[in-house]
Amino acid sequence: MRPSILLSLLIMSATVYVIRALPFVLLRRNITNPFLRSFLYYVPYVTLAVMTFPAIITATDSPWSGLLALIVGVVVSLVRGDLFTVALSSCVTVFLSELFLVH
Amino acid sequence: MHQQNSIVSGRYPTFGDHRGWMLRGFRDGFPIAMGYFAVSFALGIAARNVGMNAVQGFLMSLGMVASAGEYAAIMLIGAGAGVLEMIATTVVINLRYFLMSCSLTQKLDPKTPLWKRFLLAYCVTDELFGISSAVPGYLDVAYTYAATAVSVSGWCLGTVLGVVVGNILPARAMSALSVALYGMFLAIIIPPAKHSRFMGCLVALSMAASWIFTAAPVLRTISSGFRVILLTLAIAGIAALVRPVEPDGTPAKS
Repeated sequence: MRPSILLSLLIMSATVYVIRALPFVLLRRNITNPFLRSFLYYVPYVTLAVMTFPAIITATDSPWSGLLALIVGVVVSLVRGDLFTVALSSCVTVFLSELFLVH
Repeated sequence: MHQQNSIVSGRYPTFGDHRGWMLRGFRDGFPIAMGYFAVSFALGIAARNVGMNAVQGFLMSLGMVASAGEYAAIMLIGAGAGVLEMIATTVVINLRYFLMSCSLTQKLDPKTPLWKRFLLAYCVTDELFGISSAVPGYLDVAYTYAATAVSVSGWCLGTVLGVVVGNILPARAMSALSVALYGMFLAIIIPPAKHSRFMGCLVALSMAASWIFTAAPVLRTISSGFRVILLTLAIAGIAALVRPVEPDGTPAKS
């Protein structure tokens, strides 16, 4: 059975929502188990690190501009860890470096 | 996790200041919207290529709010896939949101009503989860809602424009915008490394492992969605065994 585009979008949207909402129904209380608490504390850091590298290097037109954006992003995060500043410095780094790297 | 962290809290409103948190959310939503715009613009172009119109692109982005998930959705629609295949693929590609939601439940005041939790579930994307986890102490959901309103607007707008005007944005601008999301991830994961060598090692190790999984033979055949899930389960699991968090929710000092 091939669903229409609108029905397909409805089915897939509902599926993603259920995946996101299920834990909020199942885990209503704070977890006391030390291992689980620790595990869930570390989840965001590991997930975001895994998603950042090496993806940042393949996202740009030149791997070198992506690498530079990573280095600048790390340095700016250490100096002033504000979302907007870091995101902007990474973007500007790519833009400026690609003026030389990509023709 | 639930104690106020004096080092960071100076930058954030105090808990209970809903208005302050909402304004902060609008502000933090902007860089996310910027990055979303670039990504969803590309998605819009892909959507047009399989015959979707602007309204369908808008509904897809509003309903799914998932980059890899939507890319898969476009491919499935283009390939004329069946319902079961659509559900199975969507579950596998978006399974990491399940982990993120689990983690986020622990950032909530236990008194948070169910309807607010259901609304928060909609907001679980990589970036919104990231900024919501970075908040010290309990999460004021107004912060996440505000950031979601701004960033999902950028997400939907980018998709619609991608469908309608296609390749109007210069390649240089697209390339530069494409790192905005990674820049934000760095702003979330790097600062804790300043105060804890363990957190620094954890982030470096995660990146190294991710690199190995995208480059090594056999391992690189694992899809990116599964790679994120596998590595998160393994590395966060080992970290929890090696360095359990203190009762106040922070990792033991190294």
